[in-house]
Amino acid sequence: MSDAAAHAMEHPTSTGIDSKKVAIWTLIGSECLLFASLISTYLVYKGKSLVGPLPHTESQCMLHGKMQACEPIFSIPLVTFGTAVLLFSSFFIVLALYGAQKGNRKMLVGWLSMTVLCGLFFIGMQVYEFTHFYHKGLGYSTNLFSSTFYTLTGFHGSHVTVGVIWLSTLLYRAVKGKIPPAKSINLEIAALYWHFVDVVWIVIFPVVYLMR
Amino acid sequence: MDAHSEVHAEHAHPTPGLYLKIALVLFVLTAFEVLAFEAGRGGLGAGIRPIFEPITVVLLIVLSAAKFALVAMFYMHLKQDPRLLANVFIFPLVIAASLIAGLIVLFQYWRVVGAK
Repeated sequence: MSDAAAHAMEHPTSTGIDSKKVAIWTLIGSECLLFASLISTYLVYKGKSLVGPLPHTESQCMLHGKMQACEPIFSIPLVTFGTAVLLFSSFFIVLALYGAQKGNRKMLVGWLSMTVLCGLFFIGMQVYEFTHFYHKGLGYSTNLFSSTFYTLTGFHGSHVTVGVIWLSTLLYRAVKGKIPPAKSINLEIAALYWHFVDVVWIVIFPVVYLMR
Repeated sequence: MDAHSEVHAEHAHPTPGLYLKIALVLFVLTAFEVLAFEAGRGGLGAGIRPIFEPITVVLLIVLSAAKFALVAMFYMHLKQDPRLLANVFIFPLVIAASLIAGLIVLFQYWRVVGAK
């Protein structure tokens, strides 16, 4: 079924645009403001921590009850790999959407599965990173860097988690054959949310991990 | 052309071939970001550090903005979809960017004033 035919089955609106699509774009617009406040908080407090561990420089930090020298805490190769995985998940979901719109169930299920796997990998990477940082003495309230870092990346991680749950339910429906081309708009809405999660990380990755 | 057919005409999304090209460009831009970071901290040799250190932040902002625009235009279909959707996104995005810039300027100003 063509895009036009699929649209013809939807409810007519005064703008000619599906209401669900306007709603998700409005949500994404409001989410921009949420992440802007978190990113600006991180930047405002950047470089103002009195004790370590710090992201890019060696410092003195409290570990096991005594002050000692701490190495820089970030592992850039790991996060770069996670970033690449998240970027490719955006590619995979547009292919899944293409398959859904063309009525190609195999393509839909295959690429949507890949997208969910990429999302799960990213969450796993973040859980590993947070655990690793905690064991190196970086708790939530250790310093200004840790509080703003965990809040910003934690909020993003929770959005990825919501996205993975949303896409998993759609994957289940796709496997059952319940996403025909006429209902591909449901996947398109979820894909828009997923891309937003990706573009937020496109900003967070250089701001938090690469700017010294 | 009525409003509905105009929407359908604009709705023709890109092909998988174009999606793949965008993915490869995004991957390359990410690699450039990491290279800019490494060059700026001397990881690619002490000789090029003085060149890259002052421009690393600008380079990262430009590369990040390019990646953001590519995903929004092609993967989120803002280039093909009706302009109303782009406006719904861009208006808060401008406010968000202004918020970040405004807070940074404000706190830098108070840091300078407070130091005097």
